[in-house]
Formats: sequence, C-alpha cells, structure tokens
Amino acid sequence: MTATQDPRPTVDERLVVPTDVRISTIKGARFRRNRIATIGMIAAFVLAAIPLLFVIGNVVVKGLPVVTTKFLVSDIPNDAAANELSGDCETLRKYDPTAECDDDAVVEEAQPGMGPAVVGTLVTTGLAALLAIPLGILAAIYLNEYGKQTRLARFIRFMTDVMTGVPSIVMGIFIYQLWIVKFGNSRSALAAALALACLMLPIVVRSSEEMLKLVPNTLREASAGLGSRTWKTTLKVVLPAALPGLVSGSMLAVARAAGETAPVLFTIGAVYAVRDAATLSGQSTTLSVQIYNMITNGGKLSPQMAWGAAFTLIAIVLILTTIARTVSARFVAR
Amino acid sequence: MLPMTDEETPVPQPAPTPLSDLATETAEVHPAPATSTTVFDVKELSVLYSGFRAVKDVDIKIAKHEITAFIGPSGCGKTTVLRCFNRMNDLIEGAVVEGTLDYHGVNLYGKDVNPVEVRRRIGMVFQKPNPFPKSIFENVAYGPRLAGIKKKGELDGIVEKALRGAAIWDEVKDRLHKSGLGLSGGQQQRLCIARALAVNPEVILMDEPCSALDPIATGRIEDLMEEIKQDYTIIIVTHNMQQAARVSDRCAFFTTEVNSESDLRTGTLVEFDATEKMFSNPSDKRTENYVTGRFG
Repeated sequence: MTATQDPRPTVDERLVVPTDVRISTIKGARFRRNRIATIGMIAAFVLAAIPLLFVIGNVVVKGLPVVTTKFLVSDIPNDAAANELSGDCETLRKYDPTAECDDDAVVEEAQPGMGPAVVGTLVTTGLAALLAIPLGILAAIYLNEYGKQTRLARFIRFMTDVMTGVPSIVMGIFIYQLWIVKFGNSRSALAAALALACLMLPIVVRSSEEMLKLVPNTLREASAGLGSRTWKTTLKVVLPAALPGLVSGSMLAVARAAGETAPVLFTIGAVYAVRDAATLSGQSTTLSVQIYNMITNGGKLSPQMAWGAAFTLIAIVLILTTIARTVSARFVAR
Repeated sequence: MLPMTDEETPVPQPAPTPLSDLATETAEVHPAPATSTTVFDVKELSVLYSGFRAVKDVDIKIAKHEITAFIGPSGCGKTTVLRCFNRMNDLIEGAVVEGTLDYHGVNLYGKDVNPVEVRRRIGMVFQKPNPFPKSIFENVAYGPRLAGIKKKGELDGIVEKALRGAAIWDEVKDRLHKSGLGLSGGQQQRLCIARALAVNPEVILMDEPCSALDPIATGRIEDLMEEIKQDYTIIIVTHNMQQAARVSDRCAFFTTEVNSESDLRTGTLVEFDATEKMFSNPSDKRTENYVTGRFG
C-alpha cells in the first residue's frame, strides 16, 4: 500500500516538535476553545453574583441610613403614633371628604425603632441554637461514630433528609398545634424558638455528619491504637479536628433560623416595647417578622423601618458568623 | 515467560551478600533463638471481611525482643494479619477473626478480653504518619493521659523519655508546643513511634512504617528499631525485602491463592523461619521466587 494518497499526517509527523520554542504545536482551534470556555465561566460567575450584589447593595443603601443606635434600641412605634396614613389629613380627605381630621392636633412625630425585634431575634435564635446545636452534633456523632450503617442509623439519616426538605411553615404549624393548641401554652419567644430549633436540627445533623466524615480514619485508628475508648477518641481527637467545620455548619443553621419568618409568624405573638421583648415565656417579635409586618401594614414609616430591619438582620448574622469563625480558629492547632 | 528470567537465573548471587552480615549479627544477638520466650502464638488464624475469607491458615510464633517481618506481594493479607495482633480489625465493619491468637497464653479473641486493654499493651505505628492535629507534646502525652497520668511533671518526664527513645528529642525539644503537623514526614513518623512508646507497650506493630519516607528517614527508623528491640517486641509489615533482610530476625512470607472457580483471592502464610534461612535457603519454591525477585 502506498501512503501517498493519505492527506492526514502520520503519527510520527504529528509528534515532530518544532525546534523553535516560540512556535506552538497546539492548533489555533484549541486556543479558541480555551478562550471561549474561559469567557463562559467568567460570565456564569458574574451572572450568579449580580443578584447577590444587587440585594446586598440595595439593603445597604436603603437600610444603612435608617440604622442608628437609637433605631436599634427604641420601641417600635405602635399603631396610633403616626405609622398610619391617617395622620395625613390631605390624603385622607381626598377619598373621604367627611373625614374628621383634627389639623391642629399636635401629633408627636414617631421615630423609627426596632429594639424589640433586635432583642427578640437574639433571644429566639439563641435559644433555638442552644436547643438544636448540641442535640444535632450529638446525633451526628451517633450517626458517624457509632451507628454507621446500622438500621437505626440509616433510618435516622433518612428521616433527617426528609426533615431538611420540610417547608419551614410546617415546623411553625407543628409547634403551634402541639405547643399552643394542644398543651395550651400562649404564644411566646419559647414557642418560636422551638419551631426554629425543629428547623435547625436536620441542618445541623447533616452538616455535622459530613464534617465528622472528613476527619481521617487514620486519626481514629491512631487513638484506638493507644488504648482509647471510642467516646474518648471522639471527644479528644475527632471533635477537635472537626471543630471548624462543625462551627461553620452550625452557623449556617443559625443564619437560616435568624432569617426565618414563617415558623415564627404564628408562634411568637407581638410586642412593641423593648422591655417586653426580653422574655422567654411572654410574647416577643423578631426582625424578620417585623419586616413582614412593615411591608403589609402600609404605615408611613414602614418602608424605611423594613429596610433598616433587613440591614440589621444581615449585620447580626455576619457578626455572629465572624465571631464563631474567629473563636473556632483559636482551637485549631497549626 | 519473559526472556529476562533466563538471564537472571545465575543472578541470585547478590542476595547472600547482605545476608552474611545479618547472619553474624543474628548470631551475636540471639545465640539461641529457640530459648526465647514466645509472646504470641497464632494458630489457624483466618480473617473474613463480610463473609469473604481474606486470609486463612496462619500459624506463627512471635518471640520476645525480636523483630519479625511480614513480607509478601500486595493484597496477600500481611496488614490484615498484623491488625489482628491488637484487635484493630474490630474497627472495620464486617471483619471476623477465626482461630486463636494467644498472647502470653491468653486468647486475644476470647470472650472476656477487653480490646482497649489489648491495645494499651500492643502499640501500633501506621503506614502513613498520622500525628494528631495537636502539639508535639500533646501527641506524645495523649496515651499517658488516657492512662490517667495528669501531673505536669510526670508527663514532662514521660514525653521526654519517649521522644528520646524515638531519636527525635533533639530535633523537637525547642518546639514541643508547636503542631506535630509542622514536622517533616520522617519526623512525623518518629513522633508517631514516640507516641506509641509513651504508653510503654510490650509489643509494637509497624505497618509499612517507612513506605512514605525517603531513604535517609528510612535508615533512621531502621536504626531506631534495632535500638528499641532490646526493650520491645516488634512486628513489621514491609514491601521492601532489603528492609526485611536488614532489620528482622524472623520472617513470614505470605502470598495470595486464587480460587480458580470463584476468582476470589485469599492470602495465606507460605513460610515462617529465621530471616537468614528465608533469604538464603527457603524451603518453599514460592518464597524463593519472591525473595529473588522473580515474582511479585
């Protein structure tokens, strides 16, 4: 057979390397494909980042001017005190000329305030974290260090996955039915914390289990080889090694809980004064619930107070996460 | 098979050279191996993983203050057998051990044996250095702390003794409270040996302790083994036959048997004898093929 007819270069020809290193053996098409893929990936990232930047930017621009120390500590202005449009006589008369309106009445101008919501958010989220995080980490320890692939462990793992997918309002209904309707308790910060804890628990369990899985088995074997019992290995070796991950996972759950509205909405009640909000057994309120209230009640001050509350909420979550990361970093041996 | 085999037939000469050294050495240290006390007496040991027989029919006697080497091709069950000696296989799900493994006359797989106590007396050094993500001091003090030693003074003494024993004290004495992960691979492995020594075990099991190390670090670990065998009984698994020839007093050769029907591979013990004999005049053809490099 003669190879003269074959237009394609032979393997040997294709493997010839030019002696001049400035000449590439890589074909132009490959450069183009590389360029297109690179641009595509950057574009995808930018596209993904746009909504995030827009949201954060919007909240900062509209919320930051509202948030002052006074805003964070003062009472939420209640109905009569000018958060209603009724204070605005002109507007009112436009629709109802007979409306009685005392133009001369000195209406004390209300100041925006979110004090009770800040306190309530910290109290309910904190309590929910206290309930859910230890329980969740203990459950994860059971799953990863003891239960492994036993039937019970697999069942718990499956139920946890199911619970992760349950809409948050269902958690609220569950606690409302059980705690308030069935047991006859009143709406309270405690009830809201219970609902939030139900929401956090599966997140903490699953993220903690993943983090424990990442601890290399060689460490467990080294510890066992020195005559350590499983619980001691877990306490002294596995947990310290997994600590940063456990903290991140828990903080993710805390952040999620702090921002939840649905489970809190019908379990927490309402409160307007800061001094009433610092309670477990009594009614309270949270920032997310207030954002919802402000947007739906149509008061004059409502929009700026909603933006202020949103900004405060983001700031609280950010600060908590930063503190938790810094603290856990201290415990990691380098 | 390969044409190389023909050429290699006269080559087995290189092997005896290091062995002659070893022979004199063995003769000095252990003039009469027969009189040494038996630490482990293994009879008809089999290990099953989830019903699959990974290793079968292992009969070995481990003598006190000797280094016993397990050699053989990959997958022949050396490590599996080694991990029986301190019941480390208990940690693997589905692992079942059959037969008897007597430690000073007590079957380690007896019903009333506490594996935690077994592991306190029989330490282990692993293939990859695995220091805890803690300080060097805390790494070594971990075992003694488990044993209930809490006083700082006592711990200091134990840690220094263990680190000296593992020939790493001079390198780390100024950085005891820095992380063990900051050490080089060879140092980390010696730290792991120190950690094992700190609980004062009778036996140390070493699972390919040098496979992740460079020749210099390997040399140090081998020297170290020679030193500490005065006080400890050592069992080492190694892929490196020169290493087995250099350091061990006795040698066990394992290989894999392939079941022609099910194509399952089961490890088994072929030969167990003095290292000198294993490398110069093995009684089994398979051992000879392996130690001369014609197989595996």
